[in-house]
Amino acid sequence: MILVYTEINKGKVKKASLEAVNYASKIAELTSSSVTAIAINADAAQLEEIGKAGAKKILSVKNDALAGLDSMLISAVVEQAAKAEGAKIIVFSFDITGKAVAPRLSARLKAGLVAGAVDYPVVNGTSLDVKKNVFSGKATAIYSINSDIKIISLLPNSFPVKLADNTATVADFAVDLGSVNSKIVVKEKKSTDVGGMVPLPEAELVVSAGRGMKGPENWGMIEELAKELKATTACSRPVADMHWRPHHEHVGQTGVAIRPNLYIAIGISGAIQHLAGVNGSKTIVVINSDKEAPFFKSADYGIVGDAFTIVPKLVEAVKKFKANQN
Amino acid sequence: MKILVPISNVPDTTTKIAFGNGDTEFNTAGVQFIINPYDEWYALVRALELKEAGKAEKVTIIHVGLADSDATIRKGFALGADDGVRIDSEGPDAYFVAEQIAKYAKENGYDLIMTGKETINYNGSSVGAMIAGFMDLPLISLATKFDLEGNKATVEHDVDGGTQVVECELPLVVSCAKGMAEQRIPNMKGIMGARTKPLTVVAASAADKLTSIKSYTLSAGRTTCKMIDENSMDELVNLLHTEAKVI
Ligand SMILES: Cc1cc2nc3c(=O)[nH]c(=O)nc-3n(C[C@H](O)[C@H](O)[C@H](O)COP(=O)(O)OP(=O)(O)OC[C@H]3O[C@@H](n4cnc5c(N)ncnc54)[C@H](O)[C@@H]3O)c2cc1C
Ligand SMILES: Nc1ncnc2c1ncn2[C@@H]1O[C@H](COP(=O)(O)O)[C@@H](O)[C@H]1O
Repeated sequence: MILVYTEINKGKVKKASLEAVNYASKIAELTSSSVTAIAINADAAQLEEIGKAGAKKILSVKNDALAGLDSMLISAVVEQAAKAEGAKIIVFSFDITGKAVAPRLSARLKAGLVAGAVDYPVVNGTSLDVKKNVFSGKATAIYSINSDIKIISLLPNSFPVKLADNTATVADFAVDLGSVNSKIVVKEKKSTDVGGMVPLPEAELVVSAGRGMKGPENWGMIEELAKELKATTACSRPVADMHWRPHHEHVGQTGVAIRPNLYIAIGISGAIQHLAGVNGSKTIVVINSDKEAPFFKSADYGIVGDAFTIVPKLVEAVKKFKANQN
Repeated sequence: MKILVPISNVPDTTTKIAFGNGDTEFNTAGVQFIINPYDEWYALVRALELKEAGKAEKVTIIHVGLADSDATIRKGFALGADDGVRIDSEGPDAYFVAEQIAKYAKENGYDLIMTGKETINYNGSSVGAMIAGFMDLPLISLATKFDLEGNKATVEHDVDGGTQVVECELPLVVSCAKGMAEQRIPNMKGIMGARTKPLTVVAASAADKLTSIKSYTLSAGRTTCKMIDENSMDELVNLLHTEAKVI
C-alpha cells in the first residue's frame, strides 16, 4: 500500500499535493498496489479533488491541533496512518512541510528517504531506484532505497497535474496526539502574498530581475510584465541584499530553488549560484544589454539590449497576444 | 547551555562538477572544499553571536566525514567555534549521518542543534529533521531569525506563503536559512588560534545505510539559444506559445 500526504492551503488542495497523489498512483501501477491519501481538515470538495488525482482511499483527519502544521504532529499522524494501513511506500511533496516531516518519519520508521525526486522510481527487486537532482541541479543521481519501508518526496513542478474521473472512498481517521511532545507555540503570522500571486516554489511562470534594473524604483515594468503573464516575480541575490526587493523573492543557490515552465531573467548576469536555483526551468528567456552575459549560455531565447526599452515592448506584445487569444 | 553545529564539507559554489569511476563517484581532483554556506553563514555565525552575547557557553562543530574534511572544520574554528568533533565515516546517506549526530548530541548534553537548511551537494534538506526525529525533539525549519531568553527560543521562520514567529523551549533543533546572520571573515587571531583548538575524532557507531547512490549524470546544458531582435517581441511571445508551449 502506498500512502501519500496531502495538504490544504488557502482553501484549496495544494498543487504540489495533487502532483504527489498523481505520482503515488503511478508508483501504485508500477508495484501493483493502491494509493491511500491522508487529508487533514479537508472539506468534501477538497476530498473529491484528491480522489480525482488518483487516490483510491482517503484517510480524513479532523483535528484543530494540526492547523499550525507543526512537523512533529504531522509526522505522528502519518506514522499512525502508515502503521494502521501497513504502508510500504510513503510519498510527500518536497515542499516546506515535506522537508520537515519526511525526514523525521524516516528516522522514526527506519525508512530510507530520497528527498526531491524528479522522476518515477524504477523497481529493482526489493529496492527502488529514484532519480534526484544533486549539486544544485548541475547533475542528477540515481539513489537506491534498500529499506523495507521507503519514503520519497517529489520535487514540485516535476510533472503536470492530471485529474480523472475517479472517486475515492473516504474514511475518518482518528489520531492520538497525546504522546507528542511538541512545545512550539505560534505567536504571529505574516503573509508574503501579494495580490494573489502564486507562491514562487509553485509558480509556473516567473519574471525575475537583477542588478541591471539599477534601482527599486524601476520595478514597475517588471511587475506589469508579471501581471500581464499572471507570473510570479523573483530577483537575484544582490537585489534582495540591497533591499530593493523582499528576501523571499531571492532565487538561486542560497535562495529559493524553482523550476517553472517559463523563467524570464531581466538584467541578471547568470552567475553560477543564480543558475543553481533556476536551471531546472523548462524554458528560459534572457534579456541583457551585454551580449557576452553568461546567462545566454543557459537560455533558450535571448534578447540583447536595454531592458528599459525592451520590457515595455514585451508587455505590449503580451497584451496583444492575449487580446488575440480571446 | 552548549550549541552543536553540524557542518557539511562541500565543493566551492563555482566548482565545475565531474564524475569518475564509471560515473559512480564525484571527482574531487582540483576541487576546493568549503563549509556548506548555510551551515557557515547562518547556523555557525548565529551560534557564535549567541555565545558572544553570553547566551551560550560553548559552540561545538560536528561533522560526519573522513580526515580530508579536517581543513574545513578548522575554517569553522577560525571563525570562532570552540571545538570540533569528526565522526570518522564516509557519508552521504542522511539517515546514517543524522543517527551519528543525534547519538553524540544525546550523550554529550547539547540542548540546541543548529543545522543549515540544506547541503549544496546533495540538496537533501533532511539531516536536521532526522536529528530531531532520532532525539524526539521539536524542529523549527527554515529559521531566518533566532533569539534566546534563558531557556526559551523565539524564532522567525518561513512557512508556505509567509513567515511566522514561534516560541519554543530548549532542547530544540533549528535549520537555518538566509537572514539569521551576516557572513563573517575570520580575523588573524582566529586563524592563528584555529590550529590549536581541539578536534576530536570518534569512530562511527554501527548504524544503517538505507540508501546508496548508484550513478551520477551531468545535467545537459541548453544547446542553443535562439537570439531574437529587440524589436520583435511579438515573435518572442509567439515562440513561447507555439514552440516552447509555456504560455
Ligand atoms: C556562495 C554564494 C552564493 C550565492 N547565491 C546566490 C543566489 O542564491 N542567487 C543569486 O542570484 N546570486 C547568488 N550569489 C551571487 C552571484 O554570484 C552573483 O553575484 C549575482 O547573482 C549577481 O546578480 P545580478 O545578476 O543581479 O547582478 P550583476 O552580476 O551585476 O549583473 C547585472 C546584469 O545586468 C545587465 N544589465 C545592466 N544594465 C542593463 C540594462 N539596462 N538592460 C539589460 N541588462 C542590463 C548586465 O549586463 C549584467 O549582466 C551567490 C554568491 C556566492 C559566493
Ligand atoms: N556529513 C555531515 N556532517 C555533519 N552535518 C551534516 C552532514 N551532512 C549534512 N549535515 C547538516 O545537515 C544539514 C542539511 O543537510 P542535507 O540534509 O544533506 O541537505 C546541513 O546544512 C548540515 O548542517
